[in-house]
Amino acid sequence: MIAPLSAGPETSARRGVTENPLSRLAAMAVMGLATIYFLFPIWWLFVSSTKDRGQFTSTNPMWFADWALWDNVKAVLTYRDGVYLQWILNSLLYTIGGALIGTVLAGMCGYALAKYRFRGREALFNIVLGGVLVPATALALPLFLIFSRVELTNTFWAVFLPSLVSPFGVYLTRIYSASSVPDELLEAARLDGSGEVRTFFTMSVRLMVPALVTVFLFQFVAIWNNFFLPLIMLRDESLFPVTLGIYTWNTQVNQIPELRGYVLVGALLSVVPLIALFLLLQRFWRNGLGAGSIK
Amino acid sequence: MSSPTVTPAVVGEARAGTPARRRQGSGRQQRGVLPIFLGPFGLLFALFYLLPIGYAVYQSLLVVEREGTFGKARETFGGLTQYGRVFEDDAFRESVLRVLLFGIVQVPIMLGLALVLALLLDSPLVRGKKFFRLAFFAPYAVPGVVAAIMWGFLYSPNLSPLSELTSKVGFLSADLVLWSMANVVTWVYVGYNMLIIYSSLLAIPSEVYEAARLDGAGQLRIAWSVKIPMVAPAIVLTAVFSIIGTLQLLAEPQVFRTFSSAVTSTYTPNLTVYSTSAVPNFHLAAAFSVVLALATFVLSFTFLKLTQRRTDA
Repeated sequence: MIAPLSAGPETSARRGVTENPLSRLAAMAVMGLATIYFLFPIWWLFVSSTKDRGQFTSTNPMWFADWALWDNVKAVLTYRDGVYLQWILNSLLYTIGGALIGTVLAGMCGYALAKYRFRGREALFNIVLGGVLVPATALALPLFLIFSRVELTNTFWAVFLPSLVSPFGVYLTRIYSASSVPDELLEAARLDGSGEVRTFFTMSVRLMVPALVTVFLFQFVAIWNNFFLPLIMLRDESLFPVTLGIYTWNTQVNQIPELRGYVLVGALLSVVPLIALFLLLQRFWRNGLGAGSIK
Repeated sequence: MSSPTVTPAVVGEARAGTPARRRQGSGRQQRGVLPIFLGPFGLLFALFYLLPIGYAVYQSLLVVEREGTFGKARETFGGLTQYGRVFEDDAFRESVLRVLLFGIVQVPIMLGLALVLALLLDSPLVRGKKFFRLAFFAPYAVPGVVAAIMWGFLYSPNLSPLSELTSKVGFLSADLVLWSMANVVTWVYVGYNMLIIYSSLLAIPSEVYEAARLDGAGQLRIAWSVKIPMVAPAIVLTAVFSIIGTLQLLAEPQVFRTFSSAVTSTYTPNLTVYSTSAVPNFHLAAAFSVVLALATFVLSFTFLKLTQRRTDA
């Protein structure tokens, strides 16, 4: 993965001489158009969030009017005793907890499937792999029925517990640890008297970091974006993740018009944590994604 | 940890002349830790994947019987009664056809766009790759529900910044609303799929390109004959995830119901499940869930097998 990256600028410079300027222009035009398509809704959302209610419809929708962003943010955060802040906190709890624990558990399982030989290993792996193909929304309804039997619906756990399971994480960490954790190293650790669990947490985990970061990000995004499970499970507004919260505001826009602005500002704010996470971890993620797609 | 020069010798010795007892001992010790490694994930997987699937199948086999019109409800075994109802349900059949049509059109467009952008990003023609990569990927940071709400505003004639366009074209009308949703899904996921394809392009060894160039291949030829075949596994992966995503379409239509009356409560199979369970008719909803999960599984599995055979041949 490192070789082609470092070879990139050199070869492109060499090839650049022979490149037809027309093809370059065409390529840049396509990239430019794509950029406009992907960014204009986000730009519009940002610009709209900086306006007050009157100027939202009366001024140029793609450009700034009077700067009211901070007032808008304050209004959203203080609306109904800060329920929006509660939602963001809930989302962070669901996602950080779920992704962190889910990654460790999937990593341990994938690692064991790659590094230990035992009867039923392939069967177990195939069952988990089947889990990757089962859509999460198909599980949501039966999960609701089970949780209502044990009276856990409308609790934190109803959304938190199912998000600890990442079959894709097992798949990825198995492939990755099979190729990146050498058996000789484990053998050496054993001879040095290190226990299997200790070897995993002190040594193997370090070799598996790119795969683990990828699994963490995947889980984080999946839980942050999750909508169906909370929609089915939760009635109590104070347990909502931010996606469900914004959704319920949007359904009430007709009765409470000021919510329209809150939906937009709330939407903008809900994107910030994910962007921060991507920027923070993007180097790891790109490498890990490649690992997942090579079969 | 022992020094590198010593370790191989020791390992070799242990392997070659090893006392059987010791190897057995470590084998037993190794297997002894398996419950620690596999147990926690296995338990949660059983509880939140296998159990719900089993429970849905069980629930789908029950029917509610009443003694008289106002009598007490009683659950009894009904065999495949619910499945009969699923397949007789016209609205459900329509919704399945609708998402299939959606998938047949949207998935190739999205993946084609992702592939073209990834190839351009990988070609020497484009400058400012880092910026483009981030720009294309940014929509993926927007949760599906939030993206649907944003685009709902953008499509609305009176709120949209594109009001000249939206006042002429009814993006939220019965004719177009499905494709308006396809645009939302495409907008969110192109960058994500592009990144998967792009990172597998980066993993192609540069010798392959040198060989192609020695044979006189230009950029287009290299893209077509070298790059695309080599990233085929990544494309298959993104296609399988897209098929799963299409059949579970829920957040977008659920949100669009607030913007457009053309989106009914049975617009997609998942909406049908949701509205049936809200009635509530859990047994029928469970049967819908099972059929949907099976269909998704069979479709993605078939696609995986078909494309694997083709790339092997």
